[in-house]
Amino acid sequence: MIPFSYIRAGSADEATAAGKEPATWFLAGGTNLIDLMKETVERPARLVDINQLPLDQIETLPGGGLRLGALARNADTAYHPTVEADYPLLASAILAGASPQLRNAATNGGNINQRTRCYYFYDVATPCNKREPGSGCGAINGVNRIHAILGASDQCIATHPSDMCIALAALDATVQVTGPAGQRSIPFADYHRLPGDNPSKDNTLQPGELVTAIDLPDGKFTKNYTYLKLRDRLSYAFALVSVAVAMKLEGGAISDLRVALGGVAHKPWRRPEAERQLLGRAPDDAAFSEFADALLDGAVGQGENDFKIPLARKAIQRALRQAAAGTPQSQVDKRIA
Amino acid sequence: MPPQATLQPAAPAFDVKVDFSLTINGRKHSFSVEPWVTLLDLLRERLDLTGSKKGCDHGQCGACTVLVDGKRINSCLKLAVTLDGSEITTIEGLADGDRLHPLQQAFVEHDAFQCGYCTPGQICSAQGLINEGRARTAAEIRELMSGNLCRCGAYTNIVDAVEEVVRQGALHKEAAE
Ligand SMILES: Cc1cc2nc3c(=O)[nH]c(=O)nc-3n(C[C@H](O)[C@H](O)[C@H](O)COP(=O)(O)OP(=O)(O)OC[C@H]3O[C@@H](n4cnc5c(N)ncnc54)[C@H](O)[C@@H]3O)c2cc1C
Ligand code: SF4
Ligand code: FES
Ligand code: FES
Repeated sequence: MIPFSYIRAGSADEATAAGKEPATWFLAGGTNLIDLMKETVERPARLVDINQLPLDQIETLPGGGLRLGALARNADTAYHPTVEADYPLLASAILAGASPQLRNAATNGGNINQRTRCYYFYDVATPCNKREPGSGCGAINGVNRIHAILGASDQCIATHPSDMCIALAALDATVQVTGPAGQRSIPFADYHRLPGDNPSKDNTLQPGELVTAIDLPDGKFTKNYTYLKLRDRLSYAFALVSVAVAMKLEGGAISDLRVALGGVAHKPWRRPEAERQLLGRAPDDAAFSEFADALLDGAVGQGENDFKIPLARKAIQRALRQAAAGTPQSQVDKRIA
Repeated sequence: MPPQATLQPAAPAFDVKVDFSLTINGRKHSFSVEPWVTLLDLLRERLDLTGSKKGCDHGQCGACTVLVDGKRINSCLKLAVTLDGSEITTIEGLADGDRLHPLQQAFVEHDAFQCGYCTPGQICSAQGLINEGRARTAAEIRELMSGNLCRCGAYTNIVDAVEEVVRQGALHKEAAE
């Protein structure tokens, strides 16, 4: 690892003041940042250790909803009784990701800020616009089996690798941040960005801004939901395609629907207008098939990842069926019912 | 190769060593080390606790698994300085003198290893799994041990060994209630 200086932040103000300096990074669980530093992909001059900050609580919000502290660990979040009872979609998505050891170390703030697993991004001997703006993109016309089919640009076709974020997108979470210019709330849909002509930026955080919490709204989806993750091996692997569904049924018709796709774009992929089209419809195969087409409208393969388009289409339909039937995908028994 | 200059941090102004202390296998240690030293390197290179293995150094294999305050983590991705005041348990700290830990005993009895390289990580991970109390069935054990790869493919016997100790624990719990 390239030497760096290290400070322990004693308060959020101290962290954000230090964090806005150039080449300075926050360190939470370290499971992504330390890995990238070993590869010299990230080369901080200074790390600001935020682990001492009192941001590890999970607490009910006064107006309903749940606040997940940025430093609460992924495992503690998934196994929190309120998350298990009221937000099982989130628990399921977290448990579908990484390994028990990694989930014990990984924090919620770190999870949403984890970087892409694009092979070229990791390999400093190759061009990559995300790592080295202007150097080119190794994945376009290269090895791109894990890359995006939606929302990519001619500069970057990377995907966001998080499972947790796919559930947070479907649940309409809000990211709470504090920074040199004060506090603000960012709707989850606006937190991550598409690569466009600036792929080096994954999200809309400003220099020095620290994520303090992620808020879940009151609307609970405890029956008709599922997190379906498809990957090259059954555990301890990133998603090729994943689908988070949160649905409500009333009198045999869909009364609420949120669907987010993972593994297919630079950010969790949702199309609220397509979701609205399904309201009032019976939860049947015809509706699900139309919805899959609408959600995947404009999808393009890059060669090696062409298979993701039909795979995503089937996964969306299957996940909608699982949710409608109230039979969420088990994260232990990986057979897909 | 990119030019060497791009590998240098922008402002290398570091006050190199950081002081912190850890309790490792019941003994308190004080350290003054560079912040980039991982817990795995601290254990292996500075304390000669070479039971924890470096398989991949990237969180991808589980050979470096240790317990921090009773929770299993990958020590290769953890900077030691960030753990000030924590209690670390490694494979060297599990046995009770000459008496093997129940997991060690079960691994021997079930022939749950071949080369043994993954074994310290497997056993520490299994102890973490037991502390978490989330695995009862063999399927749950398999899923919750998935953070530990075994290149020799001793998986079925590893699951048998862990299942036996999980079951013993459940029996003890019942007896105590
Ligand atoms: C082998 C392996 C397999 C994995 N598999 C999966 C998987 O299947 N699914 C999945 O979803 N994930 C997977 N992960 C990724 C894992 O979930 C992330 O590494 C983890 O969530 C990052 O959290 P952390 O606290 O360790 O972050 P860190 O590594 O500490 O930080 C990551 C980034 O977030 C920034 N950051 C951290 N906290 C804050 C904050 N509060 N405010 C602002 N910025 C912040 C840091 O500066 C850094 O840039 C895997 C990781 C590994 C190593
Ligand atoms: S896809 Fe994005 S991250 Fe991957 S090489 Fe291209 S620019 Fe870099
Ligand atoms: S050495 Fe730490 S996970 Fe492989
Ligand atoms: S026993 Fe050889 S790697 Fe597991």
